Amino acid sequence: MIHTFSYQHKNDTLYFLWDIESGSLHVVDYLAFLVCKEHYGLPLSEKEKTDYTSFLMSNKKIALDEILILEGKGLLNSEPKVTNYVKSTSLVKSLCLNICHDCNLRCKYCFAKDGTYNTSKDYMSPEVGIKAVDFLLVNSKSIRNVEIDFFGGEPMLNLQTVKKVISYARSKEKEHNKLFHFTFTTNCTLLSEKSMDFLNEQMVNVVLSLDGRQTTHDKVRLDKYGKGSYDTALKNAKAFKEIRGDKQYYVRGTFTSLNLDFCKDIFALAEEGFDQISIEPVVLPEDHPLAIKKEHLDRIFKEYDFFADKYLESRRLNRWFNFFHFMIDLNNGPCVNKRLSGCGAGTEYLAISPTGEIYPCHQFVGNKEFVIGNVYDGIICQDIRKTFSKNTIFSKSHCENCFAKYFCGGGCVANAYNLTGNLNGEYEIGCMLTKKRLELSLAIWAVEKLSLQ
Amino acid sequence: MKHIKIISNNIFEKDHQTNCKECQSSCQSACKTSCTVGNQSCAREEKINKKEADIIK
Repeated sequence: MIHTFSYQHKNDTLYFLWDIESGSLHVVDYLAFLVCKEHYGLPLSEKEKTDYTSFLMSNKKIALDEILILEGKGLLNSEPKVTNYVKSTSLVKSLCLNICHDCNLRCKYCFAKDGTYNTSKDYMSPEVGIKAVDFLLVNSKSIRNVEIDFFGGEPMLNLQTVKKVISYARSKEKEHNKLFHFTFTTNCTLLSEKSMDFLNEQMVNVVLSLDGRQTTHDKVRLDKYGKGSYDTALKNAKAFKEIRGDKQYYVRGTFTSLNLDFCKDIFALAEEGFDQISIEPVVLPEDHPLAIKKEHLDRIFKEYDFFADKYLESRRLNRWFNFFHFMIDLNNGPCVNKRLSGCGAGTEYLAISPTGEIYPCHQFVGNKEFVIGNVYDGIICQDIRKTFSKNTIFSKSHCENCFAKYFCGGGCVANAYNLTGNLNGEYEIGCMLTKKRLELSLAIWAVEKLSLQ
Repeated sequence: MKHIKIISNNIFEKDHQTNCKECQSSCQSACKTSCTVGNQSCAREEKINKKEADIIK
């Protein structure tokens, strides 16, 4: 299967052939682009049909010969190498600890219902946290690198448990030949100098929630009294970035239907000095006032195109920064198994509620239908894990012919369930945005690799 | 070739298909790591690259 696409770079149009099954990317001229489409029966626009007929037959033959050479080498129209895959249910390598179901903010798009996940405002005790570490030590088996994400609500509200969990986990590393990687997600408003030092020392990554411009942020990220949290969050996030040095962190924001011009938000963050930025589309049911709807997609695609252009320019000229959704590495990317297994929710990645219940991932927390077990008794309902183990690109009919399938791994299973009621369902808007971003990521990668700038 | 430039080839057929599970878990959903499957690196490959860099030093 082949996917063809183009990218407007300055005054030039770049034409790409993407071989879906081998992951081979080719830049071609317009003639080869059209010959490829025609040869493999891909639809041509009216203009392309006219242009195609205007090329000399002899030139078309040269281009076709080149295409057939690539095909012969398995770099175009190649066959799938794997046709079925079931994820292992015998290993756990990553836990999300919902440290507390409480938050000091009232963000308008919060999927966790003000941090409570529709449950009571529980705080995880050190005892539950330590039991979760024990569960991970046993269930990660021979895997050395294991992960714990501290999540909420706002985990700063229960920093004491975080500290005790880390101290316990570290004390077990040598004995069990493990290396714990801790991540912390915070809204930044409660960070103090002391807590920043602690996070900087212990966390392999820290996720700082900021939405971009003050006008964007303060419309949706409010405190309990309805006041915007931008000033405090920005001040603390900048202070943390300052002490963080070269260690991993990133600013993670959300765009909604209120800021479809989100490129300005990304650059507002870059101008504040952040160089690791992720601004992502909100995921909400269509009747929510902030939801991204199908009628917004054209506008969003144009914004991504506009941003891609500015991003390349900024990285080349004056301000290098990394935008997570344009990150791609065609040389050192993950193995095929990783691409097929997707996010690992319900299998190698699990979430723990403050009271110790085990869920497939943080987005399922609070939904009793998905309780897999608890930290005291371990996995009780293996059937739920088995269901998740079969959730791959092969279980989703909409993935079969999709050019992005080895880059999204079938997408977010929680989004699919929450918006379609089916773990294998298609969250169409999410898929369309992913595909758009993948095209741009490939184009950006090619432009930077070829130094076309 | 006159009309085609190969930018990357056969990225799914490299020799590091170990399924070693030492790389970071990915998640592309709300508030989390923003790591989709495709934008991660192979942990084993990173280790090899680091080793080579250390040898060069």
